Amino acid sequence: MKTTMLFSIAGIAVFFIGLYCLMAYRHLLKKIIAVNVMGTGVFLFIVSIAARANILQPDPVPHAMVLTGIVVTVSATAFGLALFKRIYYETGKPYLDNEDK
Amino acid sequence: MDALMPVLVFLTSLLTGIFIFLLGEEQRAIRTFLNIAGATVKMVLVGIIIWGVFHEHSYESRFTVIAGIDLVLRVDALSVLFVTLSSILWFLTTIYAIGYLEGSPNRSRFFGFFSLCVASTMGIAMAGNLFTFFLFYEVLTLTTYPLVVHRGTEKALKAGKTYLIYTLTGGAVLLFGVVWLYILAGPTEFSQAGSLEHIGAEHYHLLKIIFVLLIAGLGVKAALVPLHGWLPEAMVAPAPVSALFHAVAVVKAGAFGIVRIIYNVYGIEFASMLGLTTSLAAVAAITIIYGSLKALQQDDIKKRLAYSTVSQIAYIVLGIAIVGKIATIGGIVHIVHQGIMKITLFLCAGNLAETLGLRSINQINGVGRRMPFTMAAFTVAALGMIGIPPMAGFITKWYLGIGAVQAGQTWVVAVLASSSLLNAAYFLPIVYSAWFKESSISWLENNRSGRFETGLLLLLPPLVTALLTILAGLFAASSFSPLDWAKLIAFREYRE
Amino acid sequence: MPLADQWMVWSIIIPLIGAAIFFLLKERHHTIIVIISLLTLLSTAGLAFNVWKTGSQFHYAGGWQPPLGIVLYADGMSILMMLMTALVGLSISLYALRYFSDKRSLKFFLPLWFFLWASLNALFLSGDIFNIYVTLELLSLSAVALVTVSSQQDTSQRRDAVFAGMRYLLISMIGSLCYLLGVALLYAGYGVLDLKLLSEVIAPSPSVFAAITFITIGLLIKTALFPLHFWLPPAHANAPAPVSAVLSGLVVKASFYLLVRLWFGVFSFALSSESGLFFGLLGASGILWGSFFALRQKTIKMLIAYSTVAQIGYMFLLFPLAADMPSLWGAMAMNAGIYHLISHAFAKSSLFLCSGNIILAFGHNRIDGIGGIAKHYPLTFSALGLSGLGIIGLPISGGFIAKWQFLTASIGSGQWWWAVIIITGSLMAAVYIYIIWSRIFAPLENDIVLNPVPKSMEILALFLSLISIFMGLTAEPVLQMLHIGRHF
Repeated sequence: MKTTMLFSIAGIAVFFIGLYCLMAYRHLLKKIIAVNVMGTGVFLFIVSIAARANILQPDPVPHAMVLTGIVVTVSATAFGLALFKRIYYETGKPYLDNEDK
Repeated sequence: MDALMPVLVFLTSLLTGIFIFLLGEEQRAIRTFLNIAGATVKMVLVGIIIWGVFHEHSYESRFTVIAGIDLVLRVDALSVLFVTLSSILWFLTTIYAIGYLEGSPNRSRFFGFFSLCVASTMGIAMAGNLFTFFLFYEVLTLTTYPLVVHRGTEKALKAGKTYLIYTLTGGAVLLFGVVWLYILAGPTEFSQAGSLEHIGAEHYHLLKIIFVLLIAGLGVKAALVPLHGWLPEAMVAPAPVSALFHAVAVVKAGAFGIVRIIYNVYGIEFASMLGLTTSLAAVAAITIIYGSLKALQQDDIKKRLAYSTVSQIAYIVLGIAIVGKIATIGGIVHIVHQGIMKITLFLCAGNLAETLGLRSINQINGVGRRMPFTMAAFTVAALGMIGIPPMAGFITKWYLGIGAVQAGQTWVVAVLASSSLLNAAYFLPIVYSAWFKESSISWLENNRSGRFETGLLLLLPPLVTALLTILAGLFAASSFSPLDWAKLIAFREYRE
Repeated sequence: MPLADQWMVWSIIIPLIGAAIFFLLKERHHTIIVIISLLTLLSTAGLAFNVWKTGSQFHYAGGWQPPLGIVLYADGMSILMMLMTALVGLSISLYALRYFSDKRSLKFFLPLWFFLWASLNALFLSGDIFNIYVTLELLSLSAVALVTVSSQQDTSQRRDAVFAGMRYLLISMIGSLCYLLGVALLYAGYGVLDLKLLSEVIAPSPSVFAAITFITIGLLIKTALFPLHFWLPPAHANAPAPVSAVLSGLVVKASFYLLVRLWFGVFSFALSSESGLFFGLLGASGILWGSFFALRQKTIKMLIAYSTVAQIGYMFLLFPLAADMPSLWGAMAMNAGIYHLISHAFAKSSLFLCSGNIILAFGHNRIDGIGGIAKHYPLTFSALGLSGLGIIGLPISGGFIAKWQFLTASIGSGQWWWAVIIITGSLMAAVYIYIIWSRIFAPLENDIVLNPVPKSMEILALFLSLISIFMGLTAEPVLQMLHIGRHF
């Protein structure tokens, strides 16, 4: 019980770390990674739920949720990277800020 | 059929407008045909309605918008007065406009909006409750805006801007009042003697606030001082538009709304019990004097006429605000009388400007010899405005004066007298110079004039309305005259 | 199961199939586009008809019952959203055919657009909170991708679109993940995802309130409520016109729809006058902020985009006014909010299509250079005029009906300050719409060569604006539909 609680808390912490990085860094690659970190935090949290009721017979629904979530995040990341590439080629800079154009 | 009649009257203008929009710019013959046909059909329908209302038919069309809120078109005696006035004047103005705009661009757009504007006036005239009235009141703003800016010049756009600022703000204030009243009193149907008497005394202060909101909203279009600022600027619109604005559409809609609020929403007795009518009478009196004084200072003919409208419309409001049957007759009949006189003046002014390029009063010397018919019509209407018998304007002032005395408000007589003097002071010099002075400058002749002093289409409408001005005064006592209808309305209002 | 019962499934599957087909097709095939769009419309209409006749409906995907199965649920509110989507969608599909002159951008546009349509329908029908997450993500990803579909040859504009897309992607990922975290918190507490089951067991607790907070923030980001609106104007203004129409007209509405559904459904215990006030204040600030910035824009699309920020604000006034739902005024405010949402969808998408026509005709959309529209493009001119009425909320448009009900609800329930905001907002809207109107009457500037605009594009813009006007007369049936099977 204690371990899963720890996972839950860690998950939420990771989510906020990701959010912080997303806000704090200007480099787009870092931002994209930050989004993934946020996602991982949420997934960790969800997985931790699955084990709460009975550690030997985990709830399958959260797994399905995480799998779906991962698929979504992967595709979003792929698209983000494609956009990043485009931005980098067009401006020569990996930033979003307009004044750096 | 009776339930369909108001819708049909409304549709004659709406459909005319929509079809005209669909026409190409060059399909002049079809457009003219549509215009004339629409106006004619409408006059026939209105004729049937007049007969019906006289024989106590009731015409009502109803459509539920949301539960508790109906769109109602209903014809009562007051609607008939306004509907008749607008359908006749629309017909004449359309003819005038066809002549006036010959050869100018964007005529499809012009006539389309022209018809839509009349359609919304019809809606206002036949609105059976406050919601419907508000609806068409706002639509009127929107359909008239394109007419104000029709020429597309910087000046026109600026005037349009002023117009929208005034009317939309007024509309917002009105909406506030309408919604508030709706919450307090439910769907406010226009009824013979008002529909608010059942409201408890604890709400009286709210009713007063709402009254102020409503009158302020309507006062913008009715050009009550100090809400009149848009009117002189809007003079930049083409002449037929100005004529329609001042005689039937915009200004009249505001005045008509005030009549509706006092008679059919609050009820005249209830309103005077709340003490609302006295202050309204004061506003009207100030407007009458102020408008006349400003008119005196104008050199531009159309602007002088515009300020004259400011003051003349306030007669209608004054007639209602003096509580009493006789004054009511005077106020209501002025809806018609002011309409026919003012449209004559504007059409004549349009003729002067179109034919001779003459816009300012100091150029007018001797123009009576060049354009005798136009100036004759102008003179008739101007004398009517001053209130000289037997013109229509005399009837108005007579009833207002007697009514004021009867109601014990003698101060109104002083207002009437001084305003008549002022009217004379700003109209007579024009008339005098036109007929009796030698022309000092050469006019900018353009090739409008054919066999007559100007195009026939431009000449006939003001002559007809001038004739109406005389007839309405001469035959005021006969049945079916405007005065007769006004009496009918007043009798019904005062339940005799 | 007979075909007629499957309308719900068809309304999702048909656009999905369409999207797949358009991925594979090399050439553009107009007939297929029209057929897929019409079929989607048809299935929506079929579903609407069923719901109208027999009330709200459930569909258990694969025959599995919740809590394990996924449930689709159609009631009056979802039907209205789907019908709105279908009508706007059909117009967008036809419009795009002409708008994207080069084959390449149309090839990118079509599959993404039909994915978006499918995910909208799926979202409106979703009956469980995780499925909502999935549809929300599908929606966001296709929307972001659509922003970057660009037919502009101009590199700086293309660059702006990519920038806007990137910002939109990041922000909407934050929104989605917030939402997902909220879902996870709820699942941790109750072990169910189905909305109906959840509403039976949910009870106030700290973790539930945390979940509600995350879910709400996530959805507010996607709805672009002030002060989370900053991403919207660049994204909506830099996208191609038909995409802007979809984004402003439909996409932001989807997350708002979820907020209403959740707050007046499962979270209704949390809806108090305080939380209502919170939404109301943000909404009011959005109205004023959006309108103010709309006034300062130099291009039509930016102006319209800021107007969307303001109009979203109106929808949120629903929360303070309808917080005491069973009351007469509360019900009226609910009607007002939904009616505003729908009529805004038509008016706004029409405006964006008009802006597309203007860009095609003039090669730009700077407000000071669009004189001559009234004369040369009368249909676009009419569309601009009519949809402008809808945005300001003047009679006889649907926007007016919504505004009337909002005003009645706010004065009637004694919260007159919202009425002041509403009227102020309308006057400001009148001013920014006027900025466009005043220019279209101006004469054409000299030495400008106008490009021809396909008639169909003009007619489609006019079509949408006419719907927004006719909504002034259709309130009664629409609001009756809204009340079918409503949970709240």
